[in-house]
Amino acid sequence: MSDTQVPEIMKQGKIAPWLYVAPALLIMTAFIVYPGINTFLLSFKNADGTLSAAAACVQGEPCWGILENFRYALTAPIMLNAFRNNLLWGVLMVGGTVGLGLLIAVLADRVKYEALAKAIIFMPMAISFVGAGIIWKFVYAYGTGQVQIGLLNAIVIKLGGDPISWLSEPAFNNFALILVGVWMWTGFCMTILSASLKSVPTEIIEAARVDGATEWRVFWKVMVPIIMPTIAVVVTTMVINVLKIFDIVYVMTGGNYGTEVIANRMYGEMYISHQSGRSAAIAVILILLTIPFMVWNVRRFRAQEAIR
Amino acid sequence: MASVKYEHVTKRWGSVVGVNDLSIDIADKEFIVYVGPSGCGKSTALRLLAGLESITEGKIYIDDRVVNDVKPKDRDIAMVFQSYALYPHMSVYENMAFGLRQRKTSKSEIDRRVREAANILGIEQLLDRKPGQLSGGQRQRVAIGRAIVREPNVFLMDEPLSNLDAKLRVQARAEISKLHQRLETTFIYVTHDQVEAMTMGTRIMVIKNGIRQQIDTPQNLYEYPVNLFVAGFIGSPAMNFMDAKLVERGDKVAVDCRDFILDVPEGKAAVYRRHLGEDVILGIRPEDTHDAEYCPAGINKSLVEVRVDVTELLGREVVVHLTSENIEFQGIFDPRTKARVGNTMAVAFNMDSTHIFDKQTELAIR
Amino acid sequence: MTTDRIKMILAGLPTHIVLIGLCLIWLIPTIGLFVTSLRPFQDINQSGWWTALAPRKAVGQDVYEKYLAPYYGLDGKAVEGVDLFDPELIGQFRRSIELTVFLREQMEEGKVQLEEMPDPQEMSDLLTYLRQLSGAENAASRLRFTLNNYIDAVMGYRGRANYTTACAEGEQALDLNCNISDLMNPRGMGRAFINSLLVAIPCTILPILFAAFAGYAFSWLHFPGRMGLFALLVGLQIVPLQMTLIPISRAYAQLGLNGTFLGIWLFHTGFGLPYAIYLMRNFIGSLPREIFESAYLDGMSHWTVFYKLALPLSVPALASLAIFQFLWIWNDLLVALVFLGGQRPVLTYQIGNMVSSLGAGWHLLTAAAFVSMALPMIVFFSLQRFFVRGMLAGAVKG
Repeated sequence: MSDTQVPEIMKQGKIAPWLYVAPALLIMTAFIVYPGINTFLLSFKNADGTLSAAAACVQGEPCWGILENFRYALTAPIMLNAFRNNLLWGVLMVGGTVGLGLLIAVLADRVKYEALAKAIIFMPMAISFVGAGIIWKFVYAYGTGQVQIGLLNAIVIKLGGDPISWLSEPAFNNFALILVGVWMWTGFCMTILSASLKSVPTEIIEAARVDGATEWRVFWKVMVPIIMPTIAVVVTTMVINVLKIFDIVYVMTGGNYGTEVIANRMYGEMYISHQSGRSAAIAVILILLTIPFMVWNVRRFRAQEAIR
Repeated sequence: MASVKYEHVTKRWGSVVGVNDLSIDIADKEFIVYVGPSGCGKSTALRLLAGLESITEGKIYIDDRVVNDVKPKDRDIAMVFQSYALYPHMSVYENMAFGLRQRKTSKSEIDRRVREAANILGIEQLLDRKPGQLSGGQRQRVAIGRAIVREPNVFLMDEPLSNLDAKLRVQARAEISKLHQRLETTFIYVTHDQVEAMTMGTRIMVIKNGIRQQIDTPQNLYEYPVNLFVAGFIGSPAMNFMDAKLVERGDKVAVDCRDFILDVPEGKAAVYRRHLGEDVILGIRPEDTHDAEYCPAGINKSLVEVRVDVTELLGREVVVHLTSENIEFQGIFDPRTKARVGNTMAVAFNMDSTHIFDKQTELAIR
Repeated sequence: MTTDRIKMILAGLPTHIVLIGLCLIWLIPTIGLFVTSLRPFQDINQSGWWTALAPRKAVGQDVYEKYLAPYYGLDGKAVEGVDLFDPELIGQFRRSIELTVFLREQMEEGKVQLEEMPDPQEMSDLLTYLRQLSGAENAASRLRFTLNNYIDAVMGYRGRANYTTACAEGEQALDLNCNISDLMNPRGMGRAFINSLLVAIPCTILPILFAAFAGYAFSWLHFPGRMGLFALLVGLQIVPLQMTLIPISRAYAQLGLNGTFLGIWLFHTGFGLPYAIYLMRNFIGSLPREIFESAYLDGMSHWTVFYKLALPLSVPALASLAIFQFLWIWNDLLVALVFLGGQRPVLTYQIGNMVSSLGAGWHLLTAAAFVSMALPMIVFFSLQRFFVRGMLAGAVKG
């Protein structure tokens, strides 16, 4: 993002440029800057934002004073569960989307129906989490003592197993939700990785082949290192997405049966428990978790753009 | 229909100097070319005149009017850009009419001028096309057409041919020259290509590092370069330079190039005699370096024995790379030459066309 | 075909198998949803969608054998004067409740002594069975696919039959008028669809318009602090949406903007801007400088340059951005939930509500989901090119 040298001829007037920027500036101040600061302050207040958070402390129980909301956000069992789940999401969903995305990008590059295959994988990106939630709820559908109309349980029965309530069984439900996430986001990773793979100069690949490297080695020793910056950007983008994951959980389990995640907890504290201070504290924690990835991501992206 | 004058014009961005104390007088109806290597300030000089950049110091006049603070659109100039800067979403007709519409020219007048310009340039059949549907040469014509319809007093062209392939460029060169004769307007043309400069300009300004080196007719520039830079820049292949010393041999002045000593013809001796013993640079163009066997008659020639390194047959001539012990240089030989790689042969320098430059100041000694 | 050629094809086989396999895994859930949404609701819970084209199982036979066979016999003729397999008799019972009434009468007349009545579901199955056996209705001929689910979902019908039948029999719910006005039923997907459009269209146009203004100024106009301000605005991308919900909804409560379109328009505009400005500035800034210079030489003002040059030339970026923003708004649940809620239900909200209220069966859910997915899918498949381009340009969007 280099500073374009504005031609001197275009220095027209002192006010005019501000008029162009003003609408964006005003709206962004009102809707991002102000509420951002406000939330930050709110996180130190009690449930309805009238008193210090310390007011919520109960005699004889641990209390962090003004940081009481943060104590809750960092130590409450349900929050710990949410953090654990987000971590699980992070590992499995990022690994799954990037791994599958890369695999599909590589495979699709070798076939004639590349565009079709990519469109199919990418399609879930166009639909809402809600729509995806319904699609997968139907796949996971579980009925007691009747015909299994859910595809997954039908397969389980065909294989001789007993039907499983995928979304309420703690052993499975987080994985079932994460699978939906992978289904939705693999297309994103695939598209970016595919574009990056295609930008690897064919000469380099051919040179490696001429040097006698197998396809496998060409891929791991030549292509992957070259697109590493892109992989890094995709991974961090996905990490940020995972941190904010909300809709899938909200639609499919509502955070019940041990599937709670941070963002859903934040929503719940605000709109179900009406604990705005706690909710704000969770929001602050969320942004603090996000910032390092975001900054790093932007840096890498810039560096990568500069190389191009 | 306008003269242009730069008076001690300087352009600085912070500590970066674009144009340094530039003064030029351009007469009405002249075709003047600013030429120099990239980044030399030639484009900046043009953009200062166009009003695309502000002048740091000095004044620019168009027809005796100081235009430093005149808005570009009121300077009565038109500019053709290197990339043509055609508006991609408008048809050729709209592209040409656009500037006039901004000036509230009447519809019928716009139509008349656009059709006339299209006629001059032979692009009538393209008027409804979009720039994206045109070839490079056609786009270039549209860009010129857009300038013509403005009927400006001064035409500014910033490397308008550099995006064309070699063959088209030769053709377009001639067309622009014809256009100049037809429109009888002042043309100012920027290029890095000395062939373009030599073939098109009535006068040429050679510029380097923002400083004017020489401004003269093509002929004078070629025959009497004022310094080493101009000598090396004008002409292709470039002039051969050899470190040398002016010495006295018998009663004659001679140039000692270590490997050989060349006598200076009588006519020039008087000037050089004053610089005897000084370190100089001898410049001699490849076209003045002949195969002794096919040397044109009636020149003051000096013969030397050298080895042939490479020969490049170009059809009507052969470019030969020659070496002696310490010196490498090129000659343009008659195609009948017997020069073969590895052979040693006699070469004749046309001593009437040598140039001597002071090694320190790099200025021509005359 | 030479052996080399066969070898080549075999070598490529694993690629095809893996890729096609993955594509199928990706497609099948959606296909399942789509097929289900087109099946009659009677079928949906009786068999998996993948059997939609397989022969139907006879239903109700077990119910008949359990409750009625002891009295009426397996041939339906054991009771004097009643032939349960008579198409004329069975044809009178259009709905299972009428069969229930008939059986009650039979009991009162002392012809049979059922220990318990079949429950409604069983009764429905029973009627299906009788109709089929008597030939009053050939279940095999019942259409395997129907659009009724869509009609029900769009109109907001949630009863046991379907909208068309209910209206024909005048048994619709109170909130239905059985005319075109039902499209605006707050419980229906039709109304939600319109609400979604009313949210998504302004929320797409406004931020892009403002971003184009700002992007132009940041690229081609000179003012002090230009780059610093630009970096700052773009940096606002890191503020997660969730963080701004609480104060805004409080402010909205005071301003009376909760549940209004204006409120959500402004919010989405604010939130769409950082990324939109980033993209627009990069695009407008990469337009050839000479075009702008040429325009200024021609005496155009910055405003003319903006709307006659910068804007038309930015169409590719505007298109990418518009698609991205539109899909994002259309698919958003969280913001709609917080700022519009049930007052102006959008598609995502309506479906979310259907899921959690459990009042709606699969036939409605699947149809509703497909209604909400139709537009994004059309947009996506017809404008995929722009979508992908926009995504690549802004891979850092968080």
